[in-house]
Amino acid sequence: MENIHDFYTKMEDGNILLSFKGEVTSDLLTSILQIMESKMETLAEPPIIKKKVYNILVECLQNLYHHLENDDLATPMNEKSALFMIKKQDDEYSIMTGNYIMNENVPSMKNRLDTINSMDTLQLKTYYKEVLNNGEMSTKGGGGLGMIDIARKSGKKLEYRFDKVDNKFSFFSLNVKVTKKTKEEKENV
Amino acid sequence: MEIIILEGTPKTPTVEFKPLEGYLLLRGRSIPENSIEFYKPLIDGLEAYNQNPQPTTNVDIQLEYFNTSSSKCVLDVLKKLEVINGNSKVTINWYYEEDDEDMLEAGEDYQAIINVPFKMVEVEE
Repeated sequence: MENIHDFYTKMEDGNILLSFKGEVTSDLLTSILQIMESKMETLAEPPIIKKKVYNILVECLQNLYHHLENDDLATPMNEKSALFMIKKQDDEYSIMTGNYIMNENVPSMKNRLDTINSMDTLQLKTYYKEVLNNGEMSTKGGGGLGMIDIARKSGKKLEYRFDKVDNKFSFFSLNVKVTKKTKEEKENV
Repeated sequence: MEIIILEGTPKTPTVEFKPLEGYLLLRGRSIPENSIEFYKPLIDGLEAYNQNPQPTTNVDIQLEYFNTSSSKCVLDVLKKLEVINGNSKVTINWYYEEDDEDMLEAGEDYQAIINVPFKMVEVEE
């Protein structure tokens, strides 16, 4: 038998509030959002943090949901599952997601993330408005705003990596951090 | 013209569109996975309303959360209101909870795109 205590200890030491591995469905999304909302209520988080975490969570989860939906045909069953974890250490939340992505889509994804990471607060705001107003809308209503919004709400650089799995797939990991802005950071905006 | 009254759900907002009163309300959460489907009836309703609008049109937007998929649809709603503003005096009240700088900023982003004055209304949490 696997050592379940090891799993438990790893999650406990890693300050994981919630984790899930599997296929992301609409109902699952609803449940997770409800669970996280009541957890943050219990932790008596300030409203500003609650809202930021919730918003980022929605975008990250819906990214996974739409990604899996779009890749439906190309992706074998076992690679349709995704991972996400929510961690809270001291005053910092980390929202981590992992999913398979086709190798051919890695460069454009990396390019988008690097573009977003190269921008400051004001540039992100301008970019967001530009994509909002002119961007093509996908049939599901996405349209490339998700990552920009995540970066804006987080106020930090998006941490990411791609790990090549085989000649077809890579694994995409994203870590979004949220902390209460310090007075200094607020003044710099 | 048809009234639209939708009760809010965990993922979709309360919608009240009363053409005879020249009134539109969006309140609550707008985080559906497929927002186009949700907003289409309202956008069609606004289009029809523009054929024969009331002298004044009052709009209350009081969203607690909205996802980026909804943000495009909200822009579409606002663009319809911009057109209606040629035939009716449109007032848009954008509500945000005190301290919710992200929601205030979202309102300001729309205000920069839409040529209808917004009234920013701060409400207590």
